[in-house]
Amino acid sequence: MQQLGMGQAINQALREEMFRDPDVFLAGEGIGTGIHHSPMLPTAGLLKEFGPGRVKDTPVSEAAIAGLAVGASVAGLRPVVEIMFNPFFTLASDMIVNHAAKLRYLSGGKSSFPLVVRMKSGAGIGAGCQHSHNLEAWVAHSPGLKVVMPATAADAKGLLKSAIRDPNPVIFIEDIMLYFVPGAVPEEEYLIPIGKADVKRQGKDVTVATWSKMLGVAMKAADQLAREGIEIEIVDLRTLVPLDKDTVLGSIRKTGRLVVLHEATRTGGFAGEVAALAMEEAFESLKAPLRRVTGPDIPVPASPPLERFYIPDEEKLIAAVKDILK
Amino acid sequence: MQISKQKKLEMLRSLLLSRKFEEALTELCKIENKIPGMMILCTGQEAVGTGVCAALEMEDVIITNHRSHSHLLAKGADPKLLMAEIYGKKTGCNKGKSGTLHLAVPEINAPCTTTVVGGGPPIAVGRAFAQQYRKEKNVTVCFIGDGATNEGSFHEAVNLASLWSLPVLFVCENNLYAGAQRYEEHTKVRNIAERAAGYAIPGVVVDGNDALAVYTSAVEARARAVAGEGPTLIEYKTYRWRGHGESDLQLYQPKDEIEVWQEMCPIPKLRDELLAEGLISPDELGEMESRMDAIVKDAILFAEESPYPEPHEALQDVFA
Ligand SMILES: Cc1ncc(C[n+]2csc(CCOP(=O)(O)OP(=O)(O)O)c2C)c(N)n1
Repeated sequence: MQQLGMGQAINQALREEMFRDPDVFLAGEGIGTGIHHSPMLPTAGLLKEFGPGRVKDTPVSEAAIAGLAVGASVAGLRPVVEIMFNPFFTLASDMIVNHAAKLRYLSGGKSSFPLVVRMKSGAGIGAGCQHSHNLEAWVAHSPGLKVVMPATAADAKGLLKSAIRDPNPVIFIEDIMLYFVPGAVPEEEYLIPIGKADVKRQGKDVTVATWSKMLGVAMKAADQLAREGIEIEIVDLRTLVPLDKDTVLGSIRKTGRLVVLHEATRTGGFAGEVAALAMEEAFESLKAPLRRVTGPDIPVPASPPLERFYIPDEEKLIAAVKDILK
Repeated sequence: MQISKQKKLEMLRSLLLSRKFEEALTELCKIENKIPGMMILCTGQEAVGTGVCAALEMEDVIITNHRSHSHLLAKGADPKLLMAEIYGKKTGCNKGKSGTLHLAVPEINAPCTTTVVGGGPPIAVGRAFAQQYRKEKNVTVCFIGDGATNEGSFHEAVNLASLWSLPVLFVCENNLYAGAQRYEEHTKVRNIAERAAGYAIPGVVVDGNDALAVYTSAVEARARAVAGEGPTLIEYKTYRWRGHGESDLQLYQPKDEIEVWQEMCPIPKLRDELLAEGLISPDELGEMESRMDAIVKDAILFAEESPYPEPHEALQDVFA
């Protein structure tokens, strides 16, 4: 099987969908002629292949990019727009949160907005808090938006293809560090349904629910814990909205213990939602209070030791797992 | 306008300091893991920060962007504290929280640097409102790029500043590029300054590589603002020698175009004028250059010898 970084897998998904459906077009800042030329990046080479009619480099204008997607999608086009970094979503958020998310409902279900907003997220690039800020909980809190956060290259490809074919606005958040992590990606065409979690590792002692880059942390922690005889089950949510409650609850009922792991800050983070789900619907199975392992409630700092402190690591997860096993 | 000898020398000094500071950064970026994050330099554009800040008093405020080194140095920031921050050290002006991108130096009335493109203008409007509210005879300068004038926030800010006659100078450094986009690929008006007409404020175009012309235009705009006549949009035509980040190979930027602009470098332009007027001798010039070299060397030494912050210091400074 081909080994691809997540950026390359996304590139394949975009390419395949553009070939399949002439209504799919791309827009964003530097998605055609970028300042970076690495073939590991998601839109590398697409301008050359599909031309400036379908790969639109835009001015620095997030509200206009998002509005373009809203207006074009209601006409039946399939825009896949890029917001360069997750924090800049705030500039696009009026169009997405107040419009894309609400207009189907407002129309009594008559209009639909089949658009995808892709954006880079995640700490680890040393750029500081105006570039590194995980805002998935903000988006998930807005009814009408689907929220996808893939953790592997293969998942990214299959999920993005589904997102492009979905009749709803889908927010597709890509952790920038994952672009460079190679993973096996099937050659043949495949789709991964939005709203289906994936058990990435079976275990009997503790359920670790996570998504995006933190899956890697969980997998490493699992290896270490296994050496000490502790088997964690890792549930990769893949999609926050809609949330695959059945898979999460099934795992909690199996292990009786839950740790939720994410990189975003703690207060109001999506771990709270997963925790509430466990309490409301699987309380009787819980053998111990659940734990959250998250970023601290601070903006992401730039200095290397500070940034490392921000990002949850194996040690923190292992400590939480052992703590609830006590 | 008559410009004093002292002012001119001050500007030459500022140009040299800024250039040497950034040339050092270019070299430091080649060393693996030395400097964290992206490194966005204003090499070639120094006359704008230099000329504008030379027209300001200490109490005047600047709000700057991701390309801020020259603005901050010209306003009087301590090169040591900037360099240590760029290194991510504890002794940096922002204790390692910022890095190179959002350097904040409130001590010199540079309270906020934003790397969110278009974030600066509305903040500058608020800061200028405070000046008007308190009847201070000072101004706020907002440094932005040409690309930033396509953000809606720029237009909302200019409109409000115009409506309320706020003491703001919207200083646009038109360096011909926004990311990998050439000016014509992102903006249809020929000059950014033309946008001022839509808000009934003056819009002026100035040679951004001529520090004295920059200074003169800023003095005039400042005088208008202080007199209660409201904002000015000044477009400085200049050029970005370096890429958008030191890992940018600038493949979209024609080599000969870079060379043409390098020939119009702001430093020899001012230097030769001062030499010709006899305001500085070749010896004094050499001395000035070595003094600036020494300042940059000291800054690097300070940054190198400074410790990194302790990890848990990440938790500090969220609330006052
Ligand atoms: C809101 C927002 N969108 C995108 C970016 C990414 N970005 C940083 S600088 C830049 C180009 C800005 O161009 P310009 O305003 O002309 O300033 P210059 O870099 O040329 O000085 C872009 C797109 C950002 N920092 N903020």
